[in-house]
Amino acid sequence: MLTIKCPWCGDRDLTEFAAGGEGHIARPLEPATQSDAEWGDYIYTRKNTKGIHYERWMHAQGCRRWFNAVRDTVSDEFLAFYKTGEPAPKVEGDGS
Amino acid sequence: MANPKSKYSIFSLVRNALSYHEGWEAQWRSPDPKSAYDVVIIGGGGHGLATAYYLAKEHGITNVAVLEKGWLGGGNTGRNTTIVRSNYLWDESAAIYDHAVNLWENLSQELNYNVMFSPRGLLHLAHNVHDMQEIQRRGNSNFMNGIDAEMLTPGQCQQLVPFMNLGCRYPVMGGVLQRRGGTARHDAVAWGYARAADALGVDIIQKCEVTGFDIENGVVRGVQTTRGNIGAGKVGVVTAGHSGVTAEMAGFRLPIESFPLQAFVSEPMKPVIDVVVMSNTVHAYISQSDKGELVIGGSGDPYISYSQRGCFDQVEHVVGPVIELYPIFSRVRMMRQWGGITDVTIDRSPVITKTPVENMMFNVGWGTGGFKATPGSGHVFAASLAKGEMHDIAAPFAMDRFHTGALIDEAAAAAVAH
Repeated sequence: MLTIKCPWCGDRDLTEFAAGGEGHIARPLEPATQSDAEWGDYIYTRKNTKGIHYERWMHAQGCRRWFNAVRDTVSDEFLAFYKTGEPAPKVEGDGS
Repeated sequence: MANPKSKYSIFSLVRNALSYHEGWEAQWRSPDPKSAYDVVIIGGGGHGLATAYYLAKEHGITNVAVLEKGWLGGGNTGRNTTIVRSNYLWDESAAIYDHAVNLWENLSQELNYNVMFSPRGLLHLAHNVHDMQEIQRRGNSNFMNGIDAEMLTPGQCQQLVPFMNLGCRYPVMGGVLQRRGGTARHDAVAWGYARAADALGVDIIQKCEVTGFDIENGVVRGVQTTRGNIGAGKVGVVTAGHSGVTAEMAGFRLPIESFPLQAFVSEPMKPVIDVVVMSNTVHAYISQSDKGELVIGGSGDPYISYSQRGCFDQVEHVVGPVIELYPIFSRVRMMRQWGGITDVTIDRSPVITKTPVENMMFNVGWGTGGFKATPGSGHVFAASLAKGEMHDIAAPFAMDRFHTGALIDEAAAAAVAH
């Protein structure tokens, strides 16, 4: 996994990118009604998947835009890249 | 049932030398699992084996099994940089890590096993004004908790390591020294605890992976493993690298993410550096093993992974600062590199906790700094399991802190333990 394909800039070296952790986490729409436990989970709890992981990256030393990627966390192989807002693609081997 | 062992001593060494060392007994048995145990410990690393040992030794609970999916100490116990220290900022951390250092000091005698604990001194370097303020604040906090800390000038740092390049890109402005810190032999810690626990009757079962839990009405009844189902009165989960996976089997989630942390070992050479030197700002940690190898660590990888090898560019991030600080190592060749999977929490403190499942406790999430805590962690976790209530030292590390916000924030405030 030495290159990452930025949806805007194309193939670039991994060192240009910053990892942003798990993707597709939606901020609660009604903050006032959230319990402490729900807020705690929203802020701190992540899937930490062993296998197919949907995650966010930023092209820190390029266009500085955020995007999403799908990576196998066992082999570190990237399986797909897509822009923020686009639906997550289905990839082979994804059990979820 | 106890399995007494012959005592290791100079005399046993001589006696066995006469028979060409062919007469040594096995250090622990490899029994088949029984149908049930009073306590089942999941994870046969240092923390798990220490827990089993103290359960048998201090609480008289000897009907205990330790289940290990690979081999003893084959996980992070055998993959760390063997550093021992207790100079943490917060009272809660200081309490548990200093409890461990106190146990380290007599561990070889206690276990009748040479764990090669070497309190050679541990030096933290400061490279900027913020670092100086941080080590002074932390040093003062250490004093208040009865932990030794000595502030050093750059000249004093140089006396400890004469070839250190003080005027490097991020110049050395000072340091803080914990003389009681140092290193220990990581494998020997696992083996010593295993041998001592086995002697007290603990069953150590290797190549036995836990695949699920038997939970009835919120109470744990046993574990499902690759070697059959095993009943359990209580279950202590002391895994590393996959704690989130284990928690999911039990039906709840833990706020843990798993990152690789790389380490490097050089070719062996003559004694050159006799303290442990850590630098959190440039992320270069170095010590020399008794075999003469330089043991080098750095910061964790930037994204979660279970690959156990780490990302490629991190190699340069670790080696670069080492060469800048110690130019004489520029032509030293690296012999091995590996990645350990560290279970990291948001506040870089462990999770030692009761769980939503009755009679099941977790002692996980030690992140990048678990080795140094091995004896203390096992000691307080054994007491918690035996009593069913968390030990005073362990109580602040409960999992509800991620909901109440009472974090023990070692990441932002002090040396990120490595």
